[in-house]
Amino acid sequence: MTVAVEVTHLRKAYGDTVAVDDVSFGVAEAEIFGLLGPNGAGKTSTVECVLGMRERDGGSIRVLGHDPARDGETLHAVVGAQLQASALPAKLTAGEIVGLYSSFYREPEDVETLLDVLGLAAKRRARYQALSGGQKQRLSLLLALIGRPRVAVLDEMTTGLDPNARRATWDLLEGVRARGVTVLLVTHQMDEAERLCDRVALIDRGRLVAVDSPAGLAAAAGGGKRVVFEPSVAFDDALLTALPEVRGVEGRGPHVVVSGSGDLVNAVILTLAAAGVAAHDVRLETATLDDAFVQLTGRRLREDEEPAEP
Amino acid sequence: MSLRSSLLPRGTPPAAFRRLVGCEARLAWRTPSGIVVGFGLPLLLLVVFGSIPKFRHPDPALGGHTFFGVYVPVLVVLSVTALALWGLPQPLAAYREQGVLRRLSITPVPPTWVLAAQVVVDACCVALAVVVILVAAVLLFDVRLSPDPLGLVLSLVLCTAALFALGLLIGAVARSAAMAGALTGAAFFPLMFFAGLWVPREVMPTVLREVSDYTPLGAAVEAVQSSLSGVFPPAACLLVLAAWAAVFGYLAVRFFRWE
Repeated sequence: MTVAVEVTHLRKAYGDTVAVDDVSFGVAEAEIFGLLGPNGAGKTSTVECVLGMRERDGGSIRVLGHDPARDGETLHAVVGAQLQASALPAKLTAGEIVGLYSSFYREPEDVETLLDVLGLAAKRRARYQALSGGQKQRLSLLLALIGRPRVAVLDEMTTGLDPNARRATWDLLEGVRARGVTVLLVTHQMDEAERLCDRVALIDRGRLVAVDSPAGLAAAAGGGKRVVFEPSVAFDDALLTALPEVRGVEGRGPHVVVSGSGDLVNAVILTLAAAGVAAHDVRLETATLDDAFVQLTGRRLREDEEPAEP
Repeated sequence: MSLRSSLLPRGTPPAAFRRLVGCEARLAWRTPSGIVVGFGLPLLLLVVFGSIPKFRHPDPALGGHTFFGVYVPVLVVLSVTALALWGLPQPLAAYREQGVLRRLSITPVPPTWVLAAQVVVDACCVALAVVVILVAAVLLFDVRLSPDPLGLVLSLVLCTAALFALGLLIGAVARSAAMAGALTGAAFFPLMFFAGLWVPREVMPTVLREVSDYTPLGAAVEAVQSSLSGVFPPAACLLVLAAWAAVFGYLAVRFFRWE
């Protein structure tokens, strides 16, 4: 396993505020690595240092063996980036912008194919200022990938996209990984991290809290599963807590929440049935990255809706 | 990244520069404010003044030139100034404000190529504007020109260099398109005053005339006027222009900010 991106003891401060505090991680080749954390956690500052856009205050970074602060020119040809605040000339058309950016690379992707895949073919003649937020977002993703990069750094890739476009983008990214591209993905959306990332780094207030696969992180967050249902009649909790699969039982309004692991659903339903209790509206919840985040930091992943990174 | 370091060539395909020039040309066409001022204003003045018969009679106070004949060099220089001061700083400052330069700084293309593309497009506009004004003056208003070609080209090249350098300096330091506009306005009026737009240099009081000789536009007008009447421009004028080009150019490179 070769390491494509290596960040060691990275530190970045803006005046008195330390945005990135001793963050270290490594990204293997052809891996989709997620940086997950609430707004203001320092994710964007971290990737801007990886891209060489910001001067780091401490630590070292190696991208494909090069230091982005010193070998920017070499890396620009093989690293593609999608930045959070897209900034492209308002009066150029999408087609002109894509044509311009593709001319920067020796072996760019086929422009038509990429425009098609990202659903922008019909907008080729539209000026950038006339595109919707979602279309601008897709265009900026296209520009990150047009140069056939070996490493792609994507900051909030699906923000502002409708559910269909999000899924299409996820499919595209899995295809990109299949071709051997390393992806560093900044996101604050759990479902995206769970679906796409091979490994995820949880970042909170500038610090790295944990690094593992999404399943590993969720499992570490106190394990397992929750069965939620509405019982037909009241029953004694001891009926369920006696089961080896069950860890705890608590109430949530009219519902009962049973947490545990193993073959929890079957155990609960059969036991209740044997006692003459029917379970309605049965739902199985698996521990999520949000739970892992709460477990590790004591705070929820989603504080507010507006992204506002330093 | 300093401006100096990014002037070095990279492994980027040269075709990228052609595309940049093409895009900048399209953007100039689609945001015509600089072009309108650069072409429209001098042409308007040309037509207005050219239509006043009195201005076409030789005037002894002006050394035997017609009023109009004295104005043509001023209009040429006005055109170059307008294209330099509106065509260069505004797009640059807007790009800086919008983060376009920042976005480009992580692509293989050096942001200096963006600057160079702007300069190329603007220089073409200057060449075209000068030709249009001179042709209009000769064909429509019977202005008699016997230009010294070398002198004329040299004067225009140096005048363009000095004013483009000033435009780049304003573009280097302005944080927004609005600020660029303000700086341009502040620079434009004194510059054009000393060029003789309001009061021809020939009738300026001596002191003002002497000051005007050392301003970039005062020197430019004298150089262009001289060339248009067949005399190679005085070395002093050319030196003044070259010096201003060097000073503004150095300051522009020194203070340039990508964001």
